Amino acid sequence: MNSLTRTENQALARAVLELDVNNHAGVMSHVVGLFSRRAYNVEAILVMPVGGGQTSRIWLLVNEDERLEQMVKQVEKLEDVLAVRRHGTEHEVFVRLEEFFR
Amino acid sequence: MSREAPESLSGAQIVVRLLERQGIRTLAGIPGGAILPIYDALSASELIHHVLARHEQGGGFMAQGMARATGLPAVCMASSGPGATNLLTAIADAKLDSIPLVAITGQVPRAMIGTDAFQEVDTYGLSIPITKHNFLVGSAEELLQVIPRAFRIAASGRPGPVLVDIPKDVQNQVIEVADWPAPGCADPLPPPAADLIARAAAMINEAVRPILYLGGGVVHSGAAVAAVALAEKASLPTVMTLMALGAMPVDHQLSLGMLGMHGARCTNLALDECDLLIAVGARFDDRATGKVAGFCPQAKIVHIDIDPSELDKIKTAHVGIAGDVGAVLQLLLPAVAGALRVDWLARVAHLKAEHPLRTPGIDDPRSPYGLIRAVADCLDDEATITTDVGQHQMWVAQAYPLRRPRQWLTSGGLGTMGFGMPAAIGAALAEPQRTVVCFSGDGSILMNIQELVTAAEEGVNVKIVLMNNSSLGLVFQQQTLFYGERIYASKFKGMPDFVRVAEGFGVPAIDLDGASDPRAALAAALSTRGPMLIHARIEMREQVLPMVPPGAANKDMIGG
Ligand SMILES: Cc1ncc(C[n+]2csc(CCOP(=O)(O)OP(=O)(O)O)c2C)c(N)n1
Ligand SMILES: [Mg+2]
Repeated sequence: MNSLTRTENQALARAVLELDVNNHAGVMSHVVGLFSRRAYNVEAILVMPVGGGQTSRIWLLVNEDERLEQMVKQVEKLEDVLAVRRHGTEHEVFVRLEEFFR
Repeated sequence: MSREAPESLSGAQIVVRLLERQGIRTLAGIPGGAILPIYDALSASELIHHVLARHEQGGGFMAQGMARATGLPAVCMASSGPGATNLLTAIADAKLDSIPLVAITGQVPRAMIGTDAFQEVDTYGLSIPITKHNFLVGSAEELLQVIPRAFRIAASGRPGPVLVDIPKDVQNQVIEVADWPAPGCADPLPPPAADLIARAAAMINEAVRPILYLGGGVVHSGAAVAAVALAEKASLPTVMTLMALGAMPVDHQLSLGMLGMHGARCTNLALDECDLLIAVGARFDDRATGKVAGFCPQAKIVHIDIDPSELDKIKTAHVGIAGDVGAVLQLLLPAVAGALRVDWLARVAHLKAEHPLRTPGIDDPRSPYGLIRAVADCLDDEATITTDVGQHQMWVAQAYPLRRPRQWLTSGGLGTMGFGMPAAIGAALAEPQRTVVCFSGDGSILMNIQELVTAAEEGVNVKIVLMNNSSLGLVFQQQTLFYGERIYASKFKGMPDFVRVAEGFGVPAIDLDGASDPRAALAAALSTRGPMLIHARIEMREQVLPMVPPGAANKDMIGG
């Protein structure tokens, strides 16, 4: 993670990205590689197959910064990414997960 | 799908058949254990000519040469492990210059993947960041989808390299094939947004000092004619990136030639004054823009690009249009008013007269510019020009009269020394009727020198003009200008005898230094068919000027 304290972290604006992707080995690497090469930290990740398992949904919690727009466009270009939706921090997916980290 | 009598075929035979159906007639590569089934199947192909490279990077650049010359996806092959890693530079180079390439690599059998088997490397993982997309094929059946998809992805939208990694057991797996997929070709694109076209046209019509800024996308899209038509109708002075050279003939009245780090003063100064920049298939690369804050500081921006992620990436556009630049230009052309722009064109003409590109020695074939001009004087626009990377590349970019899209093949984004000669071989294989000239340097040529024997073996019509300054000239120049003349690791102490080296590889060579009439010697060399190395000594202290110091604004050029 990074050197920010938990409170500092919470003070930063956050975004939740919701990706529909083809479900096969390698998709996660493609997605997170776009972030790691830019030293853009992904704070949290959640992936689950959806429907019959042909596709998955990836949730990413990231800090909002001026690069986010470009990041979303880059993710959209990936062949195995079917759709990207952007949410604010009010999105509950990671909040509910916090229970498991207590 | 097309139905034919069912056949029992191995994965390897399926790959070869799919390549044949795709229209591939020439490919380059080097075999090895993990790709031998495919090579065995290739040996039975009556349609495909396999060119045996002597280093996989050479094979990759040959494929690039074919793709750059024709605009169609080209294929290179390598075995697993070191074969695949040797290919990576050529793939990365294709990614940065948006070149459609399909790289096929052998992989260890599926059961051995992940065991550190002999010559196993994570080719899939290594190639993720340098490909447009990549595949690790899981079965022979999958090949029927993956291979056409690889070609479709390579050619669609913004072109790029695709890697297909095929485990050996998949190559050997035999299946029944009755239905063949259609060859993969570029997806049609949605038409550009009409309201944005109208806004862009209005901005062009209102502009007082507009400049048209063409990038490599214009060449990829086949939009050079449309771009020139737009420039002519709206009287737009036009600059080109390194990648776009040839899109508008350099001697066109409206051409300001190449912009950026080694652009002419008049070019960068005109950009400094423009009030509208119309960027077409260009990505505001730092070598073109210099310090971004100082690039066209007064200008509004219309940005047209096939890749939406390029819009607003470096400079925020006032109007950003995502779409095929050719299609956008076709729509823009009738929407733009004819204009004479007498004042602006007069101002640009004044800048050109006051601050032209200075080409000292242009009449002396023993100087850099003069040599380039003398070569050009022996050729017509049908010739294809490739380069390596360094001073020689920039001198050629500045001084060669490029007039045809796809006439100019150079490594722009990655700037890879070693590109020029194998790319020239590829271009000559793809278009054997042309003379292909590769301008190279004494540093660059050594990075893929082994491909001289490939050139000899294939008898390609490639002429290598070796501009030998006994140094890594561009490094030498930077150390001279920006590192207090502390010349380090850029002057060669040992120097091969390039004429004998070439002859040793089976390529005839001449030395212009000893020629009493270098022009006559050049003319004779360039008009003989087949490979040839032409050696010419260049003074070590010659510089490429003007030059924008790295990190400076383009208007703060030195020299020239
Ligand atoms: C593979 C690679 N390594 C290093 C560089 C850095 N580099 C850029 S130009 C250059 C010198 C090229 O020398 P040469 O081919 O002799 O061309 P010259 O500048 O002398 O004309 C070097 C080392 C590069 N572009 N590519
Ligand atoms: Mg040199």
